Amino acid sequence: MAAKKKVAKNAKGALKGAKGTAAAKAPVTAPKKAPARKSAGDGPLFDKILIANRGEIACRVIRTCKRLGIKTVAVYSEVDADALHVREADEAVLIGPPPSAQSYLLIDKIVEACKQTGAQAVHPGYGFLSEKEAFQKALAEAGIKFIGPDARAIYAMGDKIESKKLAQKAGVSTVPGYLAAIPNADEAVKIAQKIGYPVMIKASAGGGGKGMRIAWNDAEAHEGFGSATNEAKASFADDRVFIEKYVEEPRHIEIQLIADGHGNCVYLWERECSIQRRHQKVIEEAPSPFLDAKTRKAMGEQAVALAKAVKYKSAGTVEFIVDKHRKFYFLEMNTRLQVEHPVTELITGLDLVELMIRVAAGEKLPFQQKDVKLEGWAVEARLYAEDPFRNFLPSTGRLVKYREPQPGPDVRVDTGVFEGGEISMFYDPMIAKLCSYGPTRNAAIDRMRRALDEFYVRGVSHNVPFLAALMAHPRFVAGNLTTNFIAEEFKGGFTAEHLPPGDPAMLAAIAAVVDRIHAHRAGAPQSERVVMLNRKPFPVSVSGGGLEYVVETEGRHIVIETGWLPGEPLVHAKVDQHDIVVQVDALGSGWRLVHEGGQADVLVLTPRQAELYALMPVKAAPDTSKFLLSPMPGLLASVAVSEGQEVKAGEALAVVEAMKMENVLRATRDGTVKTLHAKAGDSLRVDQKIIEFA
Amino acid sequence: MQKMLEELERRRAAARLGGGERRIEAQHAKGKLTARERIDALLDPGSFEEYDMFVEHRSIDFGMENQKIPGDGVVTGHGTINGRLVFVFSQDFTVFGGALSGMHATKICKIMDMAMKVGAPVLGLNDSGGARIQEGVDSLAGYADVFQRNVLASGVIPQISMVMGPCAGGAVYSPAMTDFIFMVKDSSYMFVTGPDVVKTVTHETVTQEELGGALTHTQKSGVADLAFENDIEALLQLRRFVDFLPSNNREKAPVRTTLDSIDRDDFSLDTLVPENPNKPYDIKELILKVVDEGDFFELSPEWAANMVVGFGRMAGRSVGFVANQPMVLAGCLDIDSSRKAARFVRFCDAFNIPIVTFVDVPGFLPGTTQEFGGIIKHGAKLLYAYAEATVPKVTVITRKAYGGAYDVMASKHLRGDVNYAWPGAEIAVMGAKGAVEIIFRSDVGDAKKIAARTEEYREKFANPFVAANRGFIDDVIMPHGTRRRICRALATLETKKLENPWRKHGNVPL
Repeated sequence: MAAKKKVAKNAKGALKGAKGTAAAKAPVTAPKKAPARKSAGDGPLFDKILIANRGEIACRVIRTCKRLGIKTVAVYSEVDADALHVREADEAVLIGPPPSAQSYLLIDKIVEACKQTGAQAVHPGYGFLSEKEAFQKALAEAGIKFIGPDARAIYAMGDKIESKKLAQKAGVSTVPGYLAAIPNADEAVKIAQKIGYPVMIKASAGGGGKGMRIAWNDAEAHEGFGSATNEAKASFADDRVFIEKYVEEPRHIEIQLIADGHGNCVYLWERECSIQRRHQKVIEEAPSPFLDAKTRKAMGEQAVALAKAVKYKSAGTVEFIVDKHRKFYFLEMNTRLQVEHPVTELITGLDLVELMIRVAAGEKLPFQQKDVKLEGWAVEARLYAEDPFRNFLPSTGRLVKYREPQPGPDVRVDTGVFEGGEISMFYDPMIAKLCSYGPTRNAAIDRMRRALDEFYVRGVSHNVPFLAALMAHPRFVAGNLTTNFIAEEFKGGFTAEHLPPGDPAMLAAIAAVVDRIHAHRAGAPQSERVVMLNRKPFPVSVSGGGLEYVVETEGRHIVIETGWLPGEPLVHAKVDQHDIVVQVDALGSGWRLVHEGGQADVLVLTPRQAELYALMPVKAAPDTSKFLLSPMPGLLASVAVSEGQEVKAGEALAVVEAMKMENVLRATRDGTVKTLHAKAGDSLRVDQKIIEFA
Repeated sequence: MQKMLEELERRRAAARLGGGERRIEAQHAKGKLTARERIDALLDPGSFEEYDMFVEHRSIDFGMENQKIPGDGVVTGHGTINGRLVFVFSQDFTVFGGALSGMHATKICKIMDMAMKVGAPVLGLNDSGGARIQEGVDSLAGYADVFQRNVLASGVIPQISMVMGPCAGGAVYSPAMTDFIFMVKDSSYMFVTGPDVVKTVTHETVTQEELGGALTHTQKSGVADLAFENDIEALLQLRRFVDFLPSNNREKAPVRTTLDSIDRDDFSLDTLVPENPNKPYDIKELILKVVDEGDFFELSPEWAANMVVGFGRMAGRSVGFVANQPMVLAGCLDIDSSRKAARFVRFCDAFNIPIVTFVDVPGFLPGTTQEFGGIIKHGAKLLYAYAEATVPKVTVITRKAYGGAYDVMASKHLRGDVNYAWPGAEIAVMGAKGAVEIIFRSDVGDAKKIAARTEEYREKFANPFVAANRGFIDDVIMPHGTRRRICRALATLETKKLENPWRKHGNVPL
């Protein structure tokens, strides 16, 4: 194991962690003048903290530690040697090869890293070891503080059945159901009848939607029991399942709480996380547009009751499912910092990581329930390296371009990556968490829409188009959410049709201004132009210069103020007094504009050129059905067929190696190989032809 | 007088109609514009000055005396592109299929002579069925007159051919003589002998498109430099391209003012080269990140892609970029990539365009195909071109610079003016493993010894400092500061004067 003392790196452009509102506001828990180790009279904080995590959350924790004057130790796997969390920390320790099972999940290695660096406490972040009681115990044995709850609480809340029993005992409302493990299918049907259909059959050790079945009648309950049991066994090596009432039009609303070791526990309001894709949260917000003050209070108090019942310490989250009548039922308790904690920080002005550290150091909570603010509205969107247009296929590779929106009082970015960094296949492909804040929900959503336009990522596919579509979706804007929102609104997957309709004339006007700025330099600006936007002509008349332009098109008089310069990826403009951001990529002699997740190819022509352009043939996109195309950039490891060979559907055709993963490409139908366009050893672009069929 | 004016207008209108409405419609039906429409799209509005609108052929055979169309199948003249003078000829397929007659050729020659006198580029828009067969040797003589001028103009004024229709037989040799050939996809083709003759002689069945279409020439033969989607996009790109070039060999390339700072650091370049020396990366990312405004005009992207060539600007001034591409064949030199880069380097040298070279080259591609194909002579072309060039030459070694390929790629030894290396550069005769297996041949059986020796060799030579010790590398630079260092080097070299000894011409290893 090698520890490296960090020297000041001169990569000033690349060193960025989470920035924004929370950092800008004075945390209520830290006296402004003394961000030192000692706080108002309580026990000392730590000299050095090790963060047993990677990515944005490691950077997030380091940021608070820096503010508190605490030294930080990062741990990293071989593939993360240049990662942002390693650059940001004061020290870094290599703990193993890339797979998490051989690095970030190794308790011994992390305890050893603590000893080696003299770290007195460990912040586990989320995921990895954050909810492993064994980790907590190992640290305790080594005399190292765990910044989180006690092993006992982790254990109690780690099992779905156990935690539900505890909740009931603490007076927390739970989904009607049968909590004991169910011996067989016949018993399952009886229980289901007693609860009343619809019911949900769930794996005890489950998560992420695995081992979960909905049954609307006896037959489905019978069959669902069998399949849920099998799936549970395969996924978790634990085949226990239980049955509960299936909640209709369910919303996922969770209560954030923080407790100290002195019997104080307060709730920090709720977060609504109903926008989920395959049980993975995509959008979170605080507060929830659905809760009234009464429900909020009731949920908060029950959450606190549960926390007190297990003598909970540190930050935790109690998840509830809420039905359309605002009846809420306990789901589970997460005994860690949640991914979506920033939205809570934005509306309360608190720093949850700081509170966790203080509580772990033995301090008392410096405020009471009545002191907790709820101000404004915060929305979080998770940016993933995945292609939403290709069924969210994960994307990996180099972040050739990565520019975040400018953080400020209304925008916060939490990330663990930087321009020139790598999205690795070994870990969660999250690029960043983007949060917006505003006085109202609509203001926060509007700011989020613009912030998404400002997020400039090239080199890997990303889900910004999908997030943009969600933010502009009328049902989302209306706050009419359920956990089935995405499944219902994007049936059959996400396509370009789901993107907001946009304002093509406005984009044409932006293109006209971009062209004008170029033409001005070439010395020959002409006022009469025609913008071909995805081949549709928009005759424009452009006037002005310097920083203000007027574009007349389609009977509109569009005033555009912009200081854009050629080569800049973002056009920041005031269009008729509204702030607009459009991404602009050079495309031959035209441009590709990206706005609200959609893209438009534009050429700006003279009227004569436009007239002639109308004569240009529309060429059908090449028929790719006769080709085997590379689904990703990679190396063609082998080709299993030869020219003239007949192949059957399902037959292996070629192997593409990408990021050390071998991807077998198979025939989708019967056919004959006509031409091999690539040979083993070739580097492939995405969509490059490999095989042509007759 | 009014009558005379009307008569002129009438004659002009007739000439403008070319081969008539029906043929114009046929031309449009093929997705092609007419000769005049192309000129409209290419030149600044209202800038075109036409010559020889009333020229007619003099043929009196095979009934040709009764078929005369003013202009005789080609529109010629001059105009401006973003205010800069260019000469243009545009063949008119609606008139005798654009076939070249003696007078047609004379018109082209006239504007070429003018262009030579005033020092302005000649842009040819080719769309011709070939020789005017009815004219016999007059037509052939016409071709040769054009060829001769192409050759004399070569290296004096830029000549660019935009092939926008058929171009077959002897006709191909005029574009072939010019500096760059661009084509339009699906509507243009070039070949010496067409599919019918091919079938008769070699019994091969091949379509026009397969034999000489835009994709064939930009992917397989390398004859053409770029292929465009349609006439308008082709002409717009031609406008953009001309902006990079000086008007003649006595001028420097035009300067385009920019607010892109020469001091712009790009820290993402510090992670461009992967830790694993065998892992590829995209050298175009480097070019796009150092060049002004990310504006790079690449040539031949799909042919000999192991070498990247194209134009960009540094601090506003046009620069020719030559770079090994590790993404393709590990960026090695082979026959095609050597030819591609050699021709580009010679163009830059002829027209006072500084050359910036990015080196990541593992050597020459081995194999019988390469040796039988004459890699020795083809590789020599690139060596010759670099050694002969007197324009400013700035070189940055990003990773590997192995063996003879190191020498070839604008090394200090070939009068490289400023040669830099990134900290991870390896300048050596070959990779450590190969070197050790030769030097310590007797230890080859002993894996442990070999590994130790390899590590020793790597320590010693797999870095830029050995070369820097000898002054073959002027400095080892931070990747993120590459733009600044190149811009400064070029600014220093702005007044460079270097002349080769007088001679009639060198003897390039053709």
